[in-house]
Amino acid sequence: MATVDIELANWALDEARRKGASAAEVLCVTAESLAAGVRLGEVEKLKSSRERRLGLRVFCGQSSATSSTAELERDSLGDFIANTVELARLSAADPWAGLPDPSMHPKSLPELSLADPDSGIVAADRALEIARTAENAALKFDPRMKNSEGAEFSSGRGQILFANSQGFSGEYSGTSYTLVVQPIAQDGDAMQQGFWYTSNRRFGKLEDAESVGITAARRAIRRLGARKIKTMRAPIVFDPDMAAGLIRSIAGAASGPSLYKGASFLVGQLGNPIAAPGVTIIDDALIPGGLGSKPFDGEGLPTSRKNLVDKGVLATYLLDCYSARKLGLAPTGNAARSVGEAPSVSTTNLYLAPGSYTPAQIIGSVKQGLYLTEIIGFGVNMVTGDYSRGAGGIWIENGELAYPVNEITIAGNLKDMMAGVEMIGNDLNWRSSTVAPTIKIAEMTIAGA
Amino acid sequence: MSNELLAPDKFFLNRFGVSERSFERILGTALERKADYADLYFEYRSAEGLGLEESMVNHTSKSVSHGVGVRVCAEDRTGYAYSDEVTIDRMRLAAEAARAIADQRGTTAAAVRVGTPVARHALYDLDSTPLEVPVQERARLLSEIDRVVRASDPRVKNVMASFACERKIVMVVNSDGQVAADVQPLCRLNVTVIADDGKGRQMGSYGGGGRVEWNYFIENDRWREYALEAARQAIVNLDAVDAPAGEMVVVLGPGWPGILLHEAIGHGLEGDFNRKGVSAFANRIGQKVASELCTVIDDGTIPNRRGSLNVDDEGTPTSRTVLIEKGILRGYLQDRMNARLMKMAPTGNGRRESFAHSPMPRMTNTFMLNGESTPEEIIKSVKNGLYAVSFGGGQVDITNGKFVFSASEAYLIEDGQVTRPVKGATLIGNGPDVLTRVSMVGNNLALDAGIGTCGKDGQSVPVGVGLPTIRIDGITVGGTRA
Repeated sequence: MATVDIELANWALDEARRKGASAAEVLCVTAESLAAGVRLGEVEKLKSSRERRLGLRVFCGQSSATSSTAELERDSLGDFIANTVELARLSAADPWAGLPDPSMHPKSLPELSLADPDSGIVAADRALEIARTAENAALKFDPRMKNSEGAEFSSGRGQILFANSQGFSGEYSGTSYTLVVQPIAQDGDAMQQGFWYTSNRRFGKLEDAESVGITAARRAIRRLGARKIKTMRAPIVFDPDMAAGLIRSIAGAASGPSLYKGASFLVGQLGNPIAAPGVTIIDDALIPGGLGSKPFDGEGLPTSRKNLVDKGVLATYLLDCYSARKLGLAPTGNAARSVGEAPSVSTTNLYLAPGSYTPAQIIGSVKQGLYLTEIIGFGVNMVTGDYSRGAGGIWIENGELAYPVNEITIAGNLKDMMAGVEMIGNDLNWRSSTVAPTIKIAEMTIAGA
Repeated sequence: MSNELLAPDKFFLNRFGVSERSFERILGTALERKADYADLYFEYRSAEGLGLEESMVNHTSKSVSHGVGVRVCAEDRTGYAYSDEVTIDRMRLAAEAARAIADQRGTTAAAVRVGTPVARHALYDLDSTPLEVPVQERARLLSEIDRVVRASDPRVKNVMASFACERKIVMVVNSDGQVAADVQPLCRLNVTVIADDGKGRQMGSYGGGGRVEWNYFIENDRWREYALEAARQAIVNLDAVDAPAGEMVVVLGPGWPGILLHEAIGHGLEGDFNRKGVSAFANRIGQKVASELCTVIDDGTIPNRRGSLNVDDEGTPTSRTVLIEKGILRGYLQDRMNARLMKMAPTGNGRRESFAHSPMPRMTNTFMLNGESTPEEIIKSVKNGLYAVSFGGGQVDITNGKFVFSASEAYLIEDGQVTRPVKGATLIGNGPDVLTRVSMVGNNLALDAGIGTCGKDGQSVPVGVGLPTIRIDGITVGGTRA
């Protein structure tokens, strides 16, 4: 079998040039993982995987094509490269296409501790034991915890190798460990699912399995007996996961491809206030061990820490080389890459800087409003910022969590919502690559009965 | 089409130098412990994409992927392992990993005899797929779409068009000795338009496709219809006013609004959720879950449709399943494992995204049969309400039954007349309850144009939906105007 290494990558780059390409990039991804799931205490599934793929982008002058293949033997790879070069010739010459300015490639790469030095893939027996511990804790928590969609523990490791024809090459490896628990609470005919997870690049830094299970159970139980409420306008407190979803939308609207297509409500807003003055959103690729950290971006450019929104002002866009050239700006090291696709833009570790309020103080400030703990659907229009989504949570009365609500929607416009951020919590917790503390938005429309 | 594609069951034997005897040995290895069933799923996928932006066809892409997945089932347990190297060694390692699910050692290795291919439908035996059409010709069509849209209205600001096509060759060999193989073409043409009138900006999107030849897009100027429809949606929305908020009468237009059925009903009737008792529809077969005007079908056998398959991804021929008959819940969608555990018959709904995924019950083409009202009668019957004709995505919580789907083109109905366009809004309802509120069903059933992709447990598969015009007497509309 052909191994994916720098020698193969360099051979592919040379081969692309021999076939007539003026420039090329190679991205190789190798990954393996093992996931083990239990349901109601019994083993339910085991899944093991191995994959390695090679992605190519070739240029013939200003025309380009991308491709990917799992056939890495040199004979078939040679034919595949020739086909890709041929495809590039058939593409339109695009004045903004091309590799980065070679002087922008980093001379050295930061060490970000993305791989766990002590643990690799966790063996099936151990993985099952962890999943079972978590699910069992959830099911024991309360007599109403009667059913389950199961618990799953997965571990994976992967390696990324990137090289281009102007001499940049880099590689890094990473690990990840995730435990997910989904128990179900039942009371009469009513059923509600709970969901909780922990995820980290280091096995030893995962949240304790028992406490993940108990949190999942608590989240299921507190949804039981949910009612619909009347249609009204009211303040909304977004819990940390919901607030993280909100800043993800802001980052999407600030991404180069949406901007140059005119498909974003943030077109032309660089340097303008787009949120309340207390809002600072940071994208930091260099957090050691961060789930979204990377030493270089999808085009081989250095990554960094930067404020996307600085005290309410849109401080930068998120750009790859192509969208940067289109917009007449410099790339920001946010090119993302999946094998076989042209570069796109993504955040790395994105977070809303914490404020000074405790979640209890924020909830306590609301006379009548919604503590939002779940969203369903995709009702965000990035062109206009219009926002309308299915919601569920806990109704707040006189500063106290009173009763669960569901089958309602919340609606507004992202511009007004960001301007209406009145309080920001101090409860930032790195559970994912995009995180935020609890926040309060002054007012939105809630549609119900 | 080359010979190997006419005999897809021979494709993998020739391409990877594996033999039927080796499948028997690997399935034997997979079953060496106490297991009920094992299967091998081989896949070879070729895909190409073209994209136009700012009047240039500047995105071209191509991919080839292949692999094999080995599955072992023991009671309600599933072991799954896959590799993108299709070799005997890798398959044996995968079989050893997958069989760890079966924890007891059997007394004898099971003997597997691979038989002849099972019968399959012939729903998309194409003379050629769009992959064989020269790239230049495909690119020319995208440029023509760009020209037509830009010429259609001065408010058109930007046009994005894409054409994606793929061909999957698949083969399933199972421990009962059954072999099923299929060649599955699929393509999709998409147009997105941004319109700007100096006061605001809006987006419109339209497209379609299926398991069809290139000519499908050319005949009847279908490509032009897609292009102008995307432009029309963007321009209509420029005048949209704030949507109302609260519970009201909603009329859904024909075709793609059938996503209602997919979210509200379809997912909740998938066998896995019902076997585990985690669906809001669990144990409700024979009960009334809709008004008697409603009959809902899932049919994987409609020729050339995006959601259709000759055989599902476990080798079972697809079928037509009645989910709801005149308001009464009749059936679930089943794969092999859930059918066996629930003592029901498989319905040909065992599907997976690729060789890297284990199959589970999924929808194919899900739609409601015609009623007797005309669309005009239905609109005229509404004093105040919402008429929703185009939708973005939807989602459901199968356990509590709450589902949403988001309108991207909707109008107010005032005194029986369709009046002003309103901004997009999410509609939220309760699956087991929403169809009981259907008070009129139109005689104009339409299937969607072939754009649907369904996500479940991290796996995406192509699906279709369909609906006649229907009236729902009360569903919550998530606008901003309280």
